[in-house]
Amino acid sequence: MSENQTDHANQPVLEVRDLVTQFSSERGTVNAVRGVSFDLYRGRTLGVVGESGSGKSVLSRSVMGLMPGNATRTGSVRFEGSEVLNASPKVMRSYWGQKMSMVFQDPMTALNPVLRIERQITESLHEHIDMSKAQAKDTALALLTSVGIPEPARRMRQYPHEMSGGMRQRIMIAIALACGPRMLFADEPTTALDVTVQAQILDLLQSMQRDRAMSMILVTHDLGVVAGRADDIAVMYAGRIVEKAPAERLFAGMRHPYTQALMRSIPKLEMPSHTRLDAIAGRPPDLVNLPEGCSFAPRCPNAQEKCLVDDPALTADDDHADHVFACHFPVNEVVVAAPGIRVDGQPPRIAHDPSLGGSA
Amino acid sequence: MTLSTATEAAVAPAVPEDADEVAPKKRLPIGAWLSIAWLVLVVFLALFADLLPLHDPNVSVASKAELAPGEEGLWLGADGSSRDMLSRTIYGGRNSLGIAVGAVTIGFVIGGLLGLFSGYFRNWIGKSLAALFDILLAIPALVLALSLVSVLKGDPVQAPDAFRLPTILILILALGVVSIPLLARITRGNTMAWAQREFVTAARAQGATNGRILFREILPNVLPAMAYIALLGVAIAVVAEGGLAILGASLDPPAATWGIMINDGKSAMEDAPFIMFTPIVATFLTVMALNYLGDLIRDRFDVRESAL
Amino acid sequence: MRLIAQRLIQLVVVFVVVTLFTAGLISLVPGKPENLVIPFDNTPGQTLRQEFRESNNLDDPLPVRWAKWAGDFVQGDLGNFYSASGGTPVRTRFDQSWPVSVSLILYTQVLSLLVAIPLALWAAYRSGRWTDKIINTFAFGAISLPSFAVALLLTYYLGVQMGWVPTQGYVRLTEDPGEHFRHVIVPVLALSLGQIAVYMRLLRSDLVATLQEDFILMAKSKGISNGRVLWRHALRPSSLTLLTVTGLSMGNLIGGTLVIEFLLGIPGLGVLIGETVLRRQYEALQSLVAVVAIAFVLINFTVDALYSVLDPRIRERTT
Repeated sequence: MSENQTDHANQPVLEVRDLVTQFSSERGTVNAVRGVSFDLYRGRTLGVVGESGSGKSVLSRSVMGLMPGNATRTGSVRFEGSEVLNASPKVMRSYWGQKMSMVFQDPMTALNPVLRIERQITESLHEHIDMSKAQAKDTALALLTSVGIPEPARRMRQYPHEMSGGMRQRIMIAIALACGPRMLFADEPTTALDVTVQAQILDLLQSMQRDRAMSMILVTHDLGVVAGRADDIAVMYAGRIVEKAPAERLFAGMRHPYTQALMRSIPKLEMPSHTRLDAIAGRPPDLVNLPEGCSFAPRCPNAQEKCLVDDPALTADDDHADHVFACHFPVNEVVVAAPGIRVDGQPPRIAHDPSLGGSA
Repeated sequence: MTLSTATEAAVAPAVPEDADEVAPKKRLPIGAWLSIAWLVLVVFLALFADLLPLHDPNVSVASKAELAPGEEGLWLGADGSSRDMLSRTIYGGRNSLGIAVGAVTIGFVIGGLLGLFSGYFRNWIGKSLAALFDILLAIPALVLALSLVSVLKGDPVQAPDAFRLPTILILILALGVVSIPLLARITRGNTMAWAQREFVTAARAQGATNGRILFREILPNVLPAMAYIALLGVAIAVVAEGGLAILGASLDPPAATWGIMINDGKSAMEDAPFIMFTPIVATFLTVMALNYLGDLIRDRFDVRESAL
Repeated sequence: MRLIAQRLIQLVVVFVVVTLFTAGLISLVPGKPENLVIPFDNTPGQTLRQEFRESNNLDDPLPVRWAKWAGDFVQGDLGNFYSASGGTPVRTRFDQSWPVSVSLILYTQVLSLLVAIPLALWAAYRSGRWTDKIINTFAFGAISLPSFAVALLLTYYLGVQMGWVPTQGYVRLTEDPGEHFRHVIVPVLALSLGQIAVYMRLLRSDLVATLQEDFILMAKSKGISNGRVLWRHALRPSSLTLLTVTGLSMGNLIGGTLVIEFLLGIPGLGVLIGETVLRRQYEALQSLVAVVAIAFVLINFTVDALYSVLDPRIRERTT
């Protein structure tokens, strides 16, 4: 994936600046997204990684504009140059499905249980493209074939509950891609699937993206999912991006303690058996009552007094301008674990340096 | 008459989902206070009617029939037989509510017990009972009630010496029996839902007998859900009595219930509609208050339970 | 096929139990039935009453009596009404009455659904806001007013005050559509008001739950307008409870119709049953109750069948 650098268009497909998303709940205002900024270029994939409650799912819905009525957003979201944050519902509807699409987490609940598959695909087609019923049916057939569904004609007449989880997810991808969007949000697309099927779905997404030069935001809680599949990775915590870098850079030299902790908590094939896994101690912060200072400080092994008072801003790494992180006392670790990652041109190696406190 | 939310309850028992958060305490809305106030008033008047300085409700007191409200010291006027509308409304309320509460009590005790057993014991006994309830529900309630009243009243002309219960008891019995299948079914649904919960399995694993589980573990959980059904049931019974009155199958004249008063009032509709309006308003307010509180209890109960 | 056989057995069981129950109930009536039914028998040797006893097998034990009655019933013979002048078949009056009641109930259900569904969609769409609250308040009030009270109030305002509708009587559709309409509007409105409220509340609450589901968000993310999402995606999965209640409420409607027919002098099944009970024509009552119970059961079978049409997930489970 890292080799596949499609051309940087002059303008990013998506520019997000200081996006803040809040919504009201019984306990107060939930600050789900607290100032997120990033750019996404044509054909590139951004992986967004974080625990539950980090705001990653809200982020993708918020960028796309699918938040419920009691949510407020501030900041800027520019899609292909046009500001869409405050666009009218009618304008957004012209974008949804046609220019930007979303693939949801659980295909069982995201597909309408009482409508046939054909209907669910052609609905999208008829909404945005002027075509006859016959044409729509043919297009749908072609789509199903392209996502790898055997016997598409038979499957079209079926209902979601008559298929396996993997197949349902393929269908959801087909629906999302039906009108050829420029931008795809994949919100935890494999979380509800069996492990064996996960790789297939991710491969499918990658190949569809390549074929269509589509940009993709891949949201997940699993670092393993984005490894080898994302160009850039943003790590989210408590509604903020705490570290963002091109993928190899992140794995080669992560700076934020949270990223390090995430990395450490993944079991690796090379570990000796019965190695204890490092779970991250503590719980994510309450998004209604956020603590002062750095939101990760209560759980951070390196936290100092300054961290409890002063919320660190995103700063760039000295050597690499495209690697930013938000930490007063970043770590400097080289970890190699995910397959397919080459570190500075070297083949993967197993040993890693213990974390060092202080600046690089 | 409408079964409204009771039907809703029959369709989906009110067993709440678990939630992680403790729900905040909410203050009672104004509607609740109004409802409570009205019901307290009605019940108070019903209980202490005899102690109040009221005219005899069954005797003509006005100088003419259909006297307008306010004249001759009769606040609500007089009806077609010159009887005091105010005292008829109060005594009528006592009868209407008495019948309704009595009927619901019978339905609850018998139907509730049957439903508990049927819901807990899932063997052939439980299933046959359930089937029986469903079958009896196939007879439209009012028709059954009408038939029961008629049978129990007997025929004063042909068999005047035959044993006959006091009419008010007849009505309570009839409406009570009619409510048994529905209440049994609702209780059964609730019991089944609760019986699947883990605390029941836990109790059984500790060696508790069926009886103990049923009455100590399940019943206390089913009861709050049934509380709101009780309120609804009274509302429905009041309306049902009204229906029976129109069909001529309620208390014998000159006794009053709100239903009887409505029935009497309809013939005076053109000249003195207030005779019919007064009991209609009384029924409406009472039924609404009961419905409102019932809904409130149901919502409250759900919220508090989910704090488990 | 197996399903149909199952249903038929259920129907037969219901029939047997209900009618035995009614027959048993009737046998509790004190006194001699023939005296009750034929109050004044002035024929020589009291032959009318004698015939009554014989034709109704009153000297036979209950099961035998019931069996003979059932035999007649399934052939369409609903027994007789007895009076001083002899017996008239129940069947004749039944045939005249049931179309009236059925048409009232049909109008009511159709009207109620036509009004309740859009109202529920609107209220669910605007859930929590003023529109929703106002609609809910009205629905609440509507449930609290008994249908016979509504009928009386409507008769008063529309009939007595405005003179728009007659206060009594009935005209068949075939005779004069205009007059037919004027006569049915009060009963149908009275019956519908409560039904609309019940249906609307139920459907609204199901819709609100459905609207939280992922597939609604997905449909929205395809760029489909809110109206279409509501109508095409949200309505069908939410209508199952509504369907159940439509079936169940038939029982209520029958009761309500009975009272309102009585009130407004509409010669339907309700009035027939009411008269039958009050004139203590118990044999006729047994037949009428049986008919109504069977109709109710058949309606609920239809409701069950419609479930699978609405929700394809259920289709497989019923095989």
